[in-house]
Amino acid sequence: MASAPSKLYADDVSLVVVLLDTNPFFWSSSSLSFSQFLSHVLAFFNAILTLNQLNQVVVIATGYNSCDYIFDSASDLNRSFENGRMPVMSSSLLQKLEEFLIKDEQLSKEEPEGRIKSSLFLGSLSMALCYIQRVFRSGALHPHPRILCLQGSPDGPEQYVAIMNAIFSAQRSEVPIDSCYIGAQNSAFLQQASYITGGVHHKPQNLDGLFQYLMTIFATDLHSRSFIHLPKPVGVDFRASCFCHKNTIDMGYVCSVCLSIFCKHHKKCSTCGSVFGQAQSEAASASDKKRKTPET
Amino acid sequence: MLRLPTSTDPSCLKEMLLVCKLSRSSPNRAQIGAMDMAAKRRRLIPSSLRWLLTVPISSRDCRLFFPLRLPATLQISLLSVHYNIHQTMASARVAKIAKYKTTIKDPGTPGTLTMTLEKILFVPRNPKSAGKLDVEFRYIKGQKHTKEGSNKPPWLNLTNNQNGSFIFEFENYSDLQDCRDFVGKVLAKSGEVSEKPTAAYPDEQLNAAEMELRIKLLQDDSELQKLHKQFVLSDVLTEAEFWATRKKLLDREASKKIKQRLGFKSAMVSDIKPSTDGRTNKVTFNLTPEIILQIFAEKPAVHRAFLSYVPNKMSERNFWTKYFRAEYLHSTKNSIAAAAEAAEDEELAVFLKHDDILASEARRKIRRVDPTLDMEADEGDDYTHLPDHGIFRDGNKEMTELQNELYKRTLSQDINRHAAVVLEGRAVDAEFEDTKAVAEALAHSKRESSNKGESDGNSPERLDRLSRMTEIEDLQGSNNLPLAPLCIKDPRDYFDSQQANALRTSGDALSGTEQIKCSLSIPEVYGSLRESISSIKTMGWKEPIVKPEVAHQVFDALTNSISNTKHNIGKNPQESVLDRLPRKTKEELLHIWTSILELLKHFWASYPITTSYLYAKVNRLKDAMSNIYPQLEEIKGSVPSEFRHQVSLLVRPMHQALDAAIQHYEASMQKRSTQSGEKPNGYV
Repeated sequence: MASAPSKLYADDVSLVVVLLDTNPFFWSSSSLSFSQFLSHVLAFFNAILTLNQLNQVVVIATGYNSCDYIFDSASDLNRSFENGRMPVMSSSLLQKLEEFLIKDEQLSKEEPEGRIKSSLFLGSLSMALCYIQRVFRSGALHPHPRILCLQGSPDGPEQYVAIMNAIFSAQRSEVPIDSCYIGAQNSAFLQQASYITGGVHHKPQNLDGLFQYLMTIFATDLHSRSFIHLPKPVGVDFRASCFCHKNTIDMGYVCSVCLSIFCKHHKKCSTCGSVFGQAQSEAASASDKKRKTPET
Repeated sequence: MLRLPTSTDPSCLKEMLLVCKLSRSSPNRAQIGAMDMAAKRRRLIPSSLRWLLTVPISSRDCRLFFPLRLPATLQISLLSVHYNIHQTMASARVAKIAKYKTTIKDPGTPGTLTMTLEKILFVPRNPKSAGKLDVEFRYIKGQKHTKEGSNKPPWLNLTNNQNGSFIFEFENYSDLQDCRDFVGKVLAKSGEVSEKPTAAYPDEQLNAAEMELRIKLLQDDSELQKLHKQFVLSDVLTEAEFWATRKKLLDREASKKIKQRLGFKSAMVSDIKPSTDGRTNKVTFNLTPEIILQIFAEKPAVHRAFLSYVPNKMSERNFWTKYFRAEYLHSTKNSIAAAAEAAEDEELAVFLKHDDILASEARRKIRRVDPTLDMEADEGDDYTHLPDHGIFRDGNKEMTELQNELYKRTLSQDINRHAAVVLEGRAVDAEFEDTKAVAEALAHSKRESSNKGESDGNSPERLDRLSRMTEIEDLQGSNNLPLAPLCIKDPRDYFDSQQANALRTSGDALSGTEQIKCSLSIPEVYGSLRESISSIKTMGWKEPIVKPEVAHQVFDALTNSISNTKHNIGKNPQESVLDRLPRKTKEELLHIWTSILELLKHFWASYPITTSYLYAKVNRLKDAMSNIYPQLEEIKGSVPSEFRHQVSLLVRPMHQALDAAIQHYEASMQKRSTQSGEKPNGYV
């Protein structure tokens, strides 16, 4: 794991890796239309690029079945999509996005109803972290990386384990994860991600002014965050999912060896294989009862 | 006349300061008021000039005073035995006649000074004078006194916490000495953690090492000490229970001790100088087992003599008498006198002669070594019995060996022998209680090493010992154990996020989250998405992207919320509320939280209640928990008003935890009372 980022060109050069939610099921039922969303977001990207000449934006699309890199402001392939109506970079982004959606649709199979229509947030998060690792190893001079998640889909509890692993590796490599949640409910994963890695989480009240939210909160680079105040959430939702059924729980059993969480009492831990002792009584069982209360 | 403290508890290690003062001119007799087991074995022979006091050499630090047949100027006239106090004795006190002076110039009010373990009481002789003094030892910070050899009168100056001082003038220096020792002891004791004898938990046997570990842990960690004081000393928890959950700490402490092997000191401890007191003509030799070990290691002839003479031919005291007599003779460098005395006293001669064991060992070493290969030892090593280290002066090959040459010993010989022993390292590695054990252990180890030495020079034991000796453990790096590899029993189960059973159960398990109900089919949703993209491509961005009023609204709302939360919570998300509170409040809150955790740990561990011991314990814990509520209220009240809200937020989970515990307790009490009719065996 690479160590903390070394000294950069200047303090406020940033590399923003944006995870864009393109879950069609979410967008078909959202109050904000996808085209409006895109116009806010594309303007925001341009604004970031104008803040500093050396800033860099990378966009990864979080689809329903797959994830892919959509846009990299540092690459030279942006010139070929000329369109009089909008800047070059935006049009290349849109083109790539369209191609991605076609591919994504082809990968989908008919799923039974009742399934949570969550996007593959985990996949795009992992891809972002890999890209950032590559940037770390590219040389001594590189911009401050951070990850910005624009999510609307609800959390998929089956992704809990892997998302927590990704969050901890981001924490270890000191990459803050900012998150802007535009869905209806609260997302526990995003709140935990921002809390643990030291990023900012915000759920905009008024989605028409999304651009304003993005500019005020998420455009600040990491150096400026030491003296610019950003809105803090009141509390963090620390609910976890159990490892056996992937249900969201807030009271469960924890294996004392590997800290895996289970919703029911098991004889044996499925992760590390340790055998739990006899449950003689409530207080004397080998796996402790753990209570997670949301912080007030 | 001195009265000594009475001992009421024979089972504890004791310190008794038994001071008897004699001089040639006025023989006093000291009476021992209390006889404990050790004292009963003592025989006091009151005589005007010489005292013989036999004491059991079971204490770690004993001073032996004994008479020497020395010229008249040196005479032993004072005996004392000194142990270490481990337990407090409630009636320990010292009373002296003294004068109390408020300043140095003050002539002083004559009266009696009484010092007990808790306080100092001075009562003036004249009841009408105003010099009465009653000070508790808690307030005494330190003491100063005038030196004995100087011309000043014997004064003792006790300083207290507020930088005031109490000056007492004594009649003589020995009184001053007694008081000084007493004050020193009390002051030292007040710095320690008081240990109560653990009698609550029936089966616990504590040895001294275990107690020491606990004391050390408590001294190192002030938080632990506070908890200990709060719970154990107020009888909420017993010692055993408190330490039962901290076994790992104790083990870590214990393992820390064994790490380093101590070698001998480089200073020549065996060449001890007796302390002499010109005024009262006494000579003190202070012998600890450490010193004795060194003496035996460096002078094997003495060791052999000890093993053979004691206790058959002479007592240990006599043995050491003669040894020190021999040392004295050596130090005067009067070989004629030495020869004379050696002729008289056969045993003394043993100490005065050269150490033949050393000589033979050196010769053996030489024989063992192949001089062509190993320059470890050569003829020069065998110097102990050769004058001038075998170096001939003036080319003179003759050695005139006078009879007295035998009794000469040079300082360089001593130093070299000491250095050799130090480099060899410790042959025996444990603590000893008495001389006999030391001698035997050393003899045993010598026998073992000589057995090994007889075998081939390159024997594996020898090589093994060599490698052990050359390795210096402290200097080696810590061996970092390799990290345990990640071992997941069923990786597919762990990593695979899309699972069949997840599908089955996720549909009905999620109560809180709303599922996205989508009535459209897959191609439709994708199609709509692609439409949006193409529309934006053709139409360009919406102008304006954001309406000014909306942007203004959003901006306002954000800045309002930022300023509010900054006021309430703090600047950055990782900063905790605790850091903004005043320090005292923060410490109190944290301490209450750790004590709540401690109580809850023991509380929940006692359920289900199966014995009456657990029942009593749970009751005690519940009372202690109820006492915490008013403490929390007090803290809330003491905090300035801008922090009250945060403090109440912090205090809320503490309340919740305590409430849950007390609720459980009450429910179980109720259940028990309803069931008590059914239980025939009188379960409490």
